[in-house]
Amino acid sequence: MVEQTLRYRNDEPVNDPAVTFAAFADQSNATAVRIEPGEDARVLLPHLDRLALVEVNFPTYGDGRGYSAARILREHGYAGELRAVGDVLLDQLSHMRRCGFDSFAPQQPIAAEAAEKAFATWPDVYQKTVDGRPAIWAKRHSA
Amino acid sequence: MYQYDKYDQSMVDARVAEFRDQVQRRLAGEITEDQFKPLRLKNGLYLQLHAYMLRVAVPYGTLSSRQMRLLGDIADKYDRGYGHFTTRQNIQYNWIKLEDAPDILADLASVEMHAIQTSGNCIRNTTSDQFAGAAADELVDPRPYAELLRQWSTFHPEFDYLPRKFKIAMIGSETDRAAMKLHDIGIQLVKNDAGEIGCKFYVGGGMGRTPMIAPVIGDFVPPLQMISYLEACLRVYNRYGRRDNKYKARIKILVHEIGADEYRRQVEEEFAHILTLGLEPPAAELERIKGFFEQPGFDANASEDLDLSDPDFALWVDQNTHAHKQAGYTIVNISLKPTGGIPGDASADQIRLMADLALEYSFDELRVTHAQNIVLPHVRKADLYTIWQKLDEAGLANANLDLISDIIACPGLDYCALANARSIPVAQKISERFADLGRQRELGELKLKISGCINACGHHHAGHIGILGVDRKGVENYQLSFGGSEGADTSLGTITGPGFNEDGVVDAVEKATDVYLAQRTEGERFLDTYRRIGMAPFKEAIYAKETVNG
Repeated sequence: MVEQTLRYRNDEPVNDPAVTFAAFADQSNATAVRIEPGEDARVLLPHLDRLALVEVNFPTYGDGRGYSAARILREHGYAGELRAVGDVLLDQLSHMRRCGFDSFAPQQPIAAEAAEKAFATWPDVYQKTVDGRPAIWAKRHSA
Repeated sequence: MYQYDKYDQSMVDARVAEFRDQVQRRLAGEITEDQFKPLRLKNGLYLQLHAYMLRVAVPYGTLSSRQMRLLGDIADKYDRGYGHFTTRQNIQYNWIKLEDAPDILADLASVEMHAIQTSGNCIRNTTSDQFAGAAADELVDPRPYAELLRQWSTFHPEFDYLPRKFKIAMIGSETDRAAMKLHDIGIQLVKNDAGEIGCKFYVGGGMGRTPMIAPVIGDFVPPLQMISYLEACLRVYNRYGRRDNKYKARIKILVHEIGADEYRRQVEEEFAHILTLGLEPPAAELERIKGFFEQPGFDANASEDLDLSDPDFALWVDQNTHAHKQAGYTIVNISLKPTGGIPGDASADQIRLMADLALEYSFDELRVTHAQNIVLPHVRKADLYTIWQKLDEAGLANANLDLISDIIACPGLDYCALANARSIPVAQKISERFADLGRQRELGELKLKISGCINACGHHHAGHIGILGVDRKGVENYQLSFGGSEGADTSLGTITGPGFNEDGVVDAVEKATDVYLAQRTEGERFLDTYRRIGMAPFKEAIYAKETVNG
């Protein structure tokens, strides 16, 4: 199977292999880390400035802990690449993007055009999150 | 009532388009049933025993006549001429074809309705007090807050794959008519000594196989921080709720296992962080929504007089109407519990008739109650007799509100893929056994609730009398419990002992009511007598060996 990454960033991809969450603590030069559903993204907060890539693994699409992990990282100013990996499906892409993911490495390849269509599903959004889109309430009261 | 603007409309329209695409991909075999399942569930589409079932959201139980009429039309066009009103103030259709589902959603969108998040492990439709905006005892109208919550929870990107489903109830009266403490989150709008409004958060209640009454987590959250507090409550749950066992995945288990104090501490920590992010809609948005819930143009001179010379009418008025805050007006409860009927079912014609009555006599408003009845919230007393006659002609004038035959029952094994036993026939037999209205009124308020499996959709834990259907070696068996309640005095029922067969449980219920009649003191309801004298006398009566002749 061909490794596929859908990437929505302008900078150069990071080539460093992502180390495990446990190994990250001991490797002061690691710039890429991979977190699993049960791991606390907040542990990474003191190290955000040296991180260029965080992979968040979704072993099954139904385990939604990674959405919170992504948002927490972005809410605390993480600006590097945030990649959803694993059981990442077309119908989850738009919510993942809203939670701050900007690259996707799905187990089952997703066509780039289908992904674009998925991101355009919602003309507007009801909540303010970390993706910069104005919430509907903000648009209603912007005048 | 709230009305969509272009944004709200475009969101439900987008949802219809998305789901139409998903159904097409499923029918074309591009996605597996396993991948499709969570997508259809988030649009309220279940695969049941005989067909697909579609659950349509009725936000905080409120409907206009136009919406109600369409619900009747859907019953005719896509179902077998019936709709089923549920304990979550929604409506379900039991005979739906997958390929029709996108068209039904499109029809719903044409009257500002949808089936968004009526299933799946996400935030479900918010429920509320069916008398909101009308009840004499109301402190704050909860509907604007519930609408704010509806919008916030709709397509919330972080909370679409929670450990388990998530149900929120919202009330603004001292009297709890929404079983608020038996929800994942119950929000009660309260006022402090200074007259300011606050949200009291109860978190971690629920029924199901491990019933729990929610503890207070937030005492007095300012309304303009309500959404931020909800974000905090949900985030802690999404991160730490159990995912290893679906039966332990509801928030009640998390709160119970780590304790209310520790859960509160984590929420407070998250809340402090979230407040810095500016996620809360501004005061102007709450004010905009409140504008849709202005009091209707009541006739200030409406007469309090009521001619009660027709005894059947007088009975119905006494049993099925409730005090309104406006003089000359009343709240009408339409019982969907005829003798021998299916609790919560209404025919397409009955649904349309109720829509007509709402338009003509109730400022174009109806409510669905969690007890599976319908409410006309703002009725002039002067119109009551006419309304009653029209309801009576349509078989909708059952004067049994809150009596023993006003039964809550889940669909049970007649429809549901999860059920272990049938619920509907038990409800029918009990209502037939107690068909005599005089006898029912003699028994007074008696809330009887039936679930066909341990998931407790029929709220049996909260029934003054609760019945739980189980499967015992391939035979339907019914466990009986007493002492549950869902109001301010929320309590969980206690199982009487060994279960019964279908007829046996009806007999046992009757014997229990005999004990009550013999033991009650002045003014006591069944529940009060049970609480005073305890289980023993009831147990003795219902398990007594029949004495052989002579």
